[in-house]
Amino acid sequence: MAKLRQIAFYGKGGIGKSTTSQNTLAALVEMGQKILIVGCDPKADSTRLILNTKLQDTVLHLAAEAGSVEDLELEDVMKVGYKGIKCTEAGGPEPGVGCAGRGVITAINFLEENGAYEDVDYVSYDVLGDVVCGGFAMPIRENKAQEIYIVMSGEMMALYAANNIAKGILKYANSGGVRLGGLICNERQTDRELELAEALASRLGCKMIHFVPRDNIVQHAELRRETVIQYAPDSKQAEEYRELARKIHANSGQGVIPTPITMEELEDMLMDFGIMQTEEDREKQIAALEASKAG
Amino acid sequence: MPQSADKVLDHAPLFQQPEYREMLANKKLKFECGHTAETITQIGDWTKSWEYREKNLAREAVTINPAKACQPVGAVFAAQGYEGTLPFVHGSQGCVAYYRSHLSRHFKEPSSAVSSSMTEDAAVFGGLTNLIEGLANARALYKPAMIAVSTTCMAEVIGDDLNSFIQKAKEAESVPGDYPVPFAHTPAFVGSHVDGYDNMQKGILHQFWHGAVREPGTSINIIPGFDGFAVANNREIKRMLDAMGVEFTFLGDVSDVYDTPSDGQFRMFDGGTTLAAAKDAINAKATLSMQAFCSPKTLDYVRDTGQETAVFNYPMGVGATDAFLMKVSELTGRAIPDSLARDRGRLIDAMADSQAYLHGKTFSIFGDPDFVLGMAKFIMEMGGEPVHCLATNGSKKWAKQMKELLASSPFGHQGQVWEGKDLWHMRSFLMTEPTDFLIGSSYGKYLERDTGIPLIRLTFPIFDRHHHHRFPTWGYQGGLTVLVKILDAVFLKLDTATSGIGETDYSFDLTR
Repeated sequence: MAKLRQIAFYGKGGIGKSTTSQNTLAALVEMGQKILIVGCDPKADSTRLILNTKLQDTVLHLAAEAGSVEDLELEDVMKVGYKGIKCTEAGGPEPGVGCAGRGVITAINFLEENGAYEDVDYVSYDVLGDVVCGGFAMPIRENKAQEIYIVMSGEMMALYAANNIAKGILKYANSGGVRLGGLICNERQTDRELELAEALASRLGCKMIHFVPRDNIVQHAELRRETVIQYAPDSKQAEEYRELARKIHANSGQGVIPTPITMEELEDMLMDFGIMQTEEDREKQIAALEASKAG
Repeated sequence: MPQSADKVLDHAPLFQQPEYREMLANKKLKFECGHTAETITQIGDWTKSWEYREKNLAREAVTINPAKACQPVGAVFAAQGYEGTLPFVHGSQGCVAYYRSHLSRHFKEPSSAVSSSMTEDAAVFGGLTNLIEGLANARALYKPAMIAVSTTCMAEVIGDDLNSFIQKAKEAESVPGDYPVPFAHTPAFVGSHVDGYDNMQKGILHQFWHGAVREPGTSINIIPGFDGFAVANNREIKRMLDAMGVEFTFLGDVSDVYDTPSDGQFRMFDGGTTLAAAKDAINAKATLSMQAFCSPKTLDYVRDTGQETAVFNYPMGVGATDAFLMKVSELTGRAIPDSLARDRGRLIDAMADSQAYLHGKTFSIFGDPDFVLGMAKFIMEMGGEPVHCLATNGSKKWAKQMKELLASSPFGHQGQVWEGKDLWHMRSFLMTEPTDFLIGSSYGKYLERDTGIPLIRLTFPIFDRHHHHRFPTWGYQGGLTVLVKILDAVFLKLDTATSGIGETDYSFDLTR
């Protein structure tokens, strides 16, 4: 058996991480890979397209019902979906209480200790938003994900989040050996999106792995709780995800230690692209506005 | 004035003086707003019923008097078994004060451990700075040969990653790059002290063995496990292995740390497994764990090096000691010498002499999983009958093994196994199905008071009796100690029951 490859998808909330990761993994399974998904988002939507069901029962939800994590069996928390992909969701507490970060640590420890990582080629972590606390960095610690793929778009906040995640990776890169696999741009049809994504990739010192074009078919598939690969295997969009899967598969061991930039540098970059106003422009605009009001 | 410089009263009699009695009665009446004595008696009696026992067993949302401690206690104890090793707990100070006092109160010796003093700042920003400064300070102040880092709840909730933190601390020259800083994640809210012991042992072995090439030799390693009687038990195991002429290394030995002579010189560290020996231990032929439930992860790691492993469950009594010695003999090819065979014969002789007083006596036992297994086995050898076997930190796997053990002897037919239950459950069991004796730790004294069932203190922690841990409970010699303690309880109970003058004293015999 080849060495277990562990990857993780990070990105701003709502960017399409779960959709992108599930489509990519569905394409990877077509390539004959055995896959385990570890959803690390309290929303627990990292596996629904693979399982074709509503949300899966999460490790922490089941643990809360059973009384403790120690009372769980692996079969309780692991479901098998599209073409044998093994699915687990860490889950988390209700909003406003508890600690979701600790939940991720608890769930991953449980899965590892109970043999979920045996007999698979790929473990894929799907992690919420940002690296906000130590718990959400669990998948990038030593002996966890080797490469991180950041899902982003041309929107400013997505770029900001991508840069922040790169900072998190840098923190662990020397001690744990985690690398940035590259950026995956999920098209939002913002101005000069591809160029901007490529520019950020070059600033971070990483690859732009793939530019996934926007296509409504993704929504159609999602409404049916399916990946595009399953819903419309012959579509152009399915081919895009297959291409992404091939690139990720070929990217093994080629991740980099990222070189994140400061908030100022990021803003400068956006100004260079004409997406954000310079302070001078903004002042002129305000002055003009006030002049018109006064008039 | 109840007392003066000429008449100093101890705590107990002092508060019996009229002034204090009046004051306390007044306080109760005016401020405590308690129930009437009648209601208290009524509810108290109800808690002794079967009905209450069933409600107690159905309890889900609360644990009362759990017979276990938390992971870092085990990690601190494991680390203290190595030469010049300072346990360093990444977390706040109060936690470490608890580990130290818990160990000190039992061993009646100082227990050295430090913390990274995490406060609110560290909770928000992560404890890296505390770790960097803490390691440097601890090394400068106490000059340990090794610092073993474990964690508390706080560090675990915020997700501090020790591996990367320690590397960063070394990069920041907090301690030299080649200075040994083994570590273990020991969330106090998961498992118990036996798991913390396991995690830290694994961390320490990883420190010394990682990347090393094993050259298989003939010696054996002993992992003693978390043991309140470690001082004497480790020495007894060494005595037996020396008698066999076996080459061995203890992986963690606190027998000198927790039994340092008073000779006018304070030693923060004394004895322990030398770091060189710990390093060499990878070359051993086999590693033997005296307590299976204290070492599952460590033994997995040991097996990965190619060594053989063997496990025991707190070997007390004849059969368990036989099994240990025969395994050692099989692994090393050394015969069991006549001196040990004679020890064995003496223990059996003593057991036979007292058989009439032990046969059919019933026992409730609580403690760590391995202890309860070892104790029940020895009780059955003596002809006693284990009834309630309880381990708060016992797993389903433990319960299965416990049931198999009880089924292996006719003396086990009454045995009931209670995994994950606490001492308030035990109270219900003792009220509804009383046994002749209760075996456990000092925490059993409340059960003894409520039920009148004599407590025999044979496991950690023993806070309220001194120095018992200086006598072994393992091996044939240890078997004698245990036998005598049990017999003392049997005879005291018998004397007490027959001391009524002119009533029961027809049986108040000089000779038993």
